[in-house]
Amino acid sequence: MRYNWDWSIYFQRASDGSGTWLHYLFVGLAWTLATALAAWVIALVVGSIVGTLRTTPSKWIVRLGNAYVEIFRNIPLLVQMFLWFFVLPELLPKGLGDAVKQIPPPWGSYLPAVLSLGIYTSVRVAEQVRAGIQSLPRGQRMAGTALGLTLPQNYRFVLLPMAFRIILPPLTSEFLNIIKNSSVALTIGLLELTGRARAMQEFSFKVFEAFAAATVIYLVTNMIVVVLMRALERRVRVPGFIGTTAKAPQAGH
Amino acid sequence: MFSGYDFDVIQRSLPYLFRDGMTFTVTLTLLAMTGGIVFGTLLAMMRLSSFAPFSLVAGSYVNLMRSLPLVLVIFWFFFLVPYIGGWIVGAPRPIAVGAFWSAVITFTMFEAAYYCEIMRAGIQSIPRGQVAAGQALGLNYWQTMGHVILPQAFRNMLPVLLTQTIILFQDTSLVYVISATDFLGAAAKIANRDYRLVEMYTFVAAVYFVISFALSALVKRLQSRMAIVQ
Repeated sequence: MRYNWDWSIYFQRASDGSGTWLHYLFVGLAWTLATALAAWVIALVVGSIVGTLRTTPSKWIVRLGNAYVEIFRNIPLLVQMFLWFFVLPELLPKGLGDAVKQIPPPWGSYLPAVLSLGIYTSVRVAEQVRAGIQSLPRGQRMAGTALGLTLPQNYRFVLLPMAFRIILPPLTSEFLNIIKNSSVALTIGLLELTGRARAMQEFSFKVFEAFAAATVIYLVTNMIVVVLMRALERRVRVPGFIGTTAKAPQAGH
Repeated sequence: MFSGYDFDVIQRSLPYLFRDGMTFTVTLTLLAMTGGIVFGTLLAMMRLSSFAPFSLVAGSYVNLMRSLPLVLVIFWFFFLVPYIGGWIVGAPRPIAVGAFWSAVITFTMFEAAYYCEIMRAGIQSIPRGQVAAGQALGLNYWQTMGHVILPQAFRNMLPVLLTQTIILFQDTSLVYVISATDFLGAAAKIANRDYRLVEMYTFVAAVYFVISFALSALVKRLQSRMAIVQ
């Protein structure tokens, strides 16, 4: 039982003729990062808004926020991606739906991938933002009100600046998750890093070299993100506050 | 919106979707949960061990699994398991392993890393004095763990373990990438055969939603009841 390793495969020409296999994989990394970053913008913006709304005094806004979270948390990411990719164009008015279907590759897969990944992650960001705001001592909100701040001012100047600093460590792991989860986009035809490793395995028959390279690239990317985020955490730290919520064990990826 | 919606195709395919697809999904979830919690607890004990090689090996394994996308891990095991199997039985070539057992092994090994972190937090939530008390009573390591620490750790972490299992249930849909016929896979096959993508995928989303939502509501109730007890 033996497997013939051939590490020179990385420097042979890729089947799409664009360069070596190594280059082919790094283009995949670029797509992974482009997907993850664009989705992260959606996740952060939508997640912050929904998370904040869920801590407001208005009952109906909280319910609406809860409904949003429950819907997008309880459907698997892969199914959500299929909904955006296959189902949405059919439900749109005919002209618009046809236009969506005719978006040329790879953008035709990239856009649904970014949307589904962004919305899926926004739910998890919303949970963190809500937990961060609720972990603040009650006196802070009261102090803001006593100073005569309106509700939006209170959030803008007191609650959110504190909450975001506190939840920076869990947000880091959500960002790592979004990089990993972008690999699901290979199912709708986006050739990101995992998709390209799979394609390399199919065309070069070098199974383990292909996946080993992808593994190493993911690990290094992970490490770089962690180092950068630690530096950011140190820069924005409020003395005595970071690390109060990060200890609780959480289920997730 | 529902004018061209074909409810009939869903009804016709119900037996296939649930008898073949959902059975695969649920069996896979339960097997991977059981294996993952057992293996994950062992990993947590290794990680907390004072014997450095143990904690190093377990720590590296957990960090490796947690840094990789599940899809990539599924591919790894899908190709690796036949080789390892061939090596174990001494066969000259890779042995054939079906998509199901490949998936069971993958999800057990992958989720164990996540269950490990939960169990580690659970073990650490027990006051150290209890270990000392166990030792003072003359219990050895396995007796202290098995009779004193783990039952409490497990109880404390039950809601988080169950939440992780709901995530596992949703993640099993990713076996789509190795063309297994789980619930989503079964629906995708019909969707493509009859060209009924809208109907099948909205139905799949609804079913996943109902099951996950009901389970997480149960976990929430369990959590609030436990909060009173504690």
